[in-house]
Amino acid sequence: MITLNINGKEQQLDVEDDMPILWALRDVLHLTGTKFGCGMSLCGACTVHLDGQAIRSCITPVSAAAGKKITTIEDMQNQKIGQAVQSAWSEIDVVQCGYCQSGQIMAATALLATNQKPSDADIDAAMTGNICRCGTYPRIRAAIHNAASKLA
Amino acid sequence: MNAPINISRRTFIKATALVAGGLIIGFSIPYAKRFLMPGAAPDVAPDGAKDAPKLPAPNAFLRIGSDNTITVMLAHSEMGQSIWTTLPMLIADELDADWSTIKVEHAASAPAYIHTTYGIQITGGSSTTWSEFDRYRQAGALTRALLVSAAAEKLGVAVESIKTENGFVISGDQKIPYGDLAEAAAKIETPKTVTLKDPKDWKIIGKATKRLDGPEKINGTAVFGQDIHLEGLMTAMVARSPVFGGTVKTFDATAAKQLKGVRQVIQVPTGVAVIADNYWAAKKGREALKVDWDLGVNAKLDSKIMLEEYRKMAATAGLPAAKAGDTKAALANAKQLIEAEYSLPYLAHSPMEPLNCAVKIEKDSCEIWTGTQMQTTDQLAAAKILGLKPEQVSIHTVFLGGGFGRRANPVADFVSEAVQVAKAAGVPVKTVWSREDDVKGGHYRPMYLHKANIALDANGMPTAWQHVAVGQSIMKGTSFEAFMIKDGVDATSVEGAADSPYLKSIPNYDISLHTVQATIPVQWWRSVGHSHTAFVMESLIDEMANLAKKDPLEYRRALLKDHPRHLAALNLAAEKADWNKPLAKGVFRGIAVHESFGSFVAQIAEVSVTDGEVKVHRIVSAIDCGLAVNPDSLKAQMESSVSYGLGAALQSEITFKDGKVVQSNFHDYQVMRMANMPKVEVYIVQSTEKMGGVGEPGLPPVAPAVTNAIFAATGKRIRTLPIGNQLA
Repeated sequence: MITLNINGKEQQLDVEDDMPILWALRDVLHLTGTKFGCGMSLCGACTVHLDGQAIRSCITPVSAAAGKKITTIEDMQNQKIGQAVQSAWSEIDVVQCGYCQSGQIMAATALLATNQKPSDADIDAAMTGNICRCGTYPRIRAAIHNAASKLA
Repeated sequence: MNAPINISRRTFIKATALVAGGLIIGFSIPYAKRFLMPGAAPDVAPDGAKDAPKLPAPNAFLRIGSDNTITVMLAHSEMGQSIWTTLPMLIADELDADWSTIKVEHAASAPAYIHTTYGIQITGGSSTTWSEFDRYRQAGALTRALLVSAAAEKLGVAVESIKTENGFVISGDQKIPYGDLAEAAAKIETPKTVTLKDPKDWKIIGKATKRLDGPEKINGTAVFGQDIHLEGLMTAMVARSPVFGGTVKTFDATAAKQLKGVRQVIQVPTGVAVIADNYWAAKKGREALKVDWDLGVNAKLDSKIMLEEYRKMAATAGLPAAKAGDTKAALANAKQLIEAEYSLPYLAHSPMEPLNCAVKIEKDSCEIWTGTQMQTTDQLAAAKILGLKPEQVSIHTVFLGGGFGRRANPVADFVSEAVQVAKAAGVPVKTVWSREDDVKGGHYRPMYLHKANIALDANGMPTAWQHVAVGQSIMKGTSFEAFMIKDGVDATSVEGAADSPYLKSIPNYDISLHTVQATIPVQWWRSVGHSHTAFVMESLIDEMANLAKKDPLEYRRALLKDHPRHLAALNLAAEKADWNKPLAKGVFRGIAVHESFGSFVAQIAEVSVTDGEVKVHRIVSAIDCGLAVNPDSLKAQMESSVSYGLGAALQSEITFKDGKVVQSNFHDYQVMRMANMPKVEVYIVQSTEKMGGVGEPGLPPVAPAVTNAIFAATGKRIRTLPIGNQLA
């Protein structure tokens, strides 16, 4: 048994210690907003926040989250930066297939938490680990600037 | 005013009252036979048949609830291309619906939803919008007519005195919401004709409209195949042969079965399936599994050696694909000659969502949940495996986490395998592919080699074009072979070359094809044959312009003078990119234009090369696709095509060594990322020409536009993709 704090709620899970957070969220708790893309921290689809930091949940075992706070896409609407980012995403109409977008939004909110006015270069650096095969990159870039101005 | 469309001759319609109150409208349009597969549409009566067609439920294109919601059923799959929004726009406009009340669902797998041109239920070929433009507008117009009739009856007024607006029927000072009329409308006799709106009266069609699937894709609630969880559903991973065509000799599941969460280990036709409580257990189980493979005939496969063989084949003419004049003689009399060889690698689609498919089998039925582009093929394949009738197999289409062609598999590979696993396991199962399974799993864009000899006259204009293409056929061995392969030539192997507009201005040409008999599974990859032919053709044109010492834009304009839609795209791109104005120091332009899927796209790339590193700064795109139903989703598709095509051109390749695929995940199968993504500008030619597609036509010109810019920057002609480190 391991206790995880997910979106502010303590949950007891009967899983192996080495199970990545991704699969605990998706297959055990059925919190499916966080996506599986590569399993090797190469695409960013699985990005969640661990104590506010963007991490790749596909390679981070549940044991690493004990005593820490996991935040997922499902909680973004309750957070100030998350709201601004989601609202910017909607305004710019960023999504296409949508599969990578939870991860993109989690990476973008983590960026804006530490950098209130990111430049294009800052965005490239923070977001280049998040692949979008539909190529929504120009709109993601525009939406992050938009969210930053909403928060300013 | 548009002429009334006689519905009864072209379509079968059924208006049905809902049990809970409301109206559903069902259409069935007799199919064209191009792609029709045996058994695909057993319940659809042919055009003119006396018997009323059987329309298996659910068969509707839209449903009006008594709560005023209008639910549009999509005959096509939403995979990012925004069809979830574009098709409802067609219905809503004709229906004068309140856009805020529109809801959308994927349709069931049923004959009523077969493609109006291709004859099976399919999303592909950049065809959804043009192929549904009439059917979905008719559904809206017909529903409006029924609601108006119902209102006229209820109010005791003439139909002519009634107008409709924003979800209401209005007569004098009376306003009735559609929902209040839905039940009565379902009892009205279907009119014989329906008149569609004049384009000047469109309120939604042609206007940039936000995606209806945006909110759920932003908050994580959108359901993809990966997200399906059913009571008792197990997760399966299949260990497949590391070499295509290999088979299981023996396997040892002892260690795998001892792992927590692993329930069964079973041999299936494609390998050995590990069935477990969740993905993590299935993955660990598969890693613990020991399989001894018979690697079969491809055990020594090597793509470098294959390419050498292609090169030898290209030395002689293949089967004729297009021919005119006396090419040999004209080449002998050339003032200047170009001899060039181009090659492009195998490519994986690698949609962000790895393939998956959930299957639940009952005694006389089977339910499948997956993101598929080709319901009919999947349904038939599942029925065959289970000994069921096609209509006993239900496919629940969920959002596709990208398709790009991969999820329209001609042999239903990922669905068939999932059905085999569920059948063998005796429990509901969701098969999940890892990213490695996806990258190594085949159904690639085939590797191609093109060899061309081109003669120019004293003015630098072409007099002869000899061209041999070498590669695998996508259509061969599929149910599409009969329609797509003629006299041994797969149309998709040479599309964009054999039918190139440039050939029309050249008196002598000879385009031929060697189809390679390899057993690597290949498939349509976004823009299909155009993904290689456009690179070759537009690079060659650039080589010719350079040899002729002419401006590459002017050279194209001269050769395409009788092709107004190519010219319109070229001219708009050139204007928006300021073709004749100088760029910043070190930045160079390249241009390309190509027609595919009925649309014409010109692109101008701005590129710099520093220490062998290519940086693409800006891509200016212009498209003539006829009417742009949703200009913003069109722009998004063009941005998407640039990203997908440019990523491949810069970095992506699948290669083989010792029989195995060398690449495995996104570290070595590299794709476009944020830091490499150029600025993309999209301009739409205002056009009333025939409608074309928008999902793919933005891709073919991007690679040659960039490599032509690299030539302008460095004098080095890139003839092999990916560009990789060729400039280092």
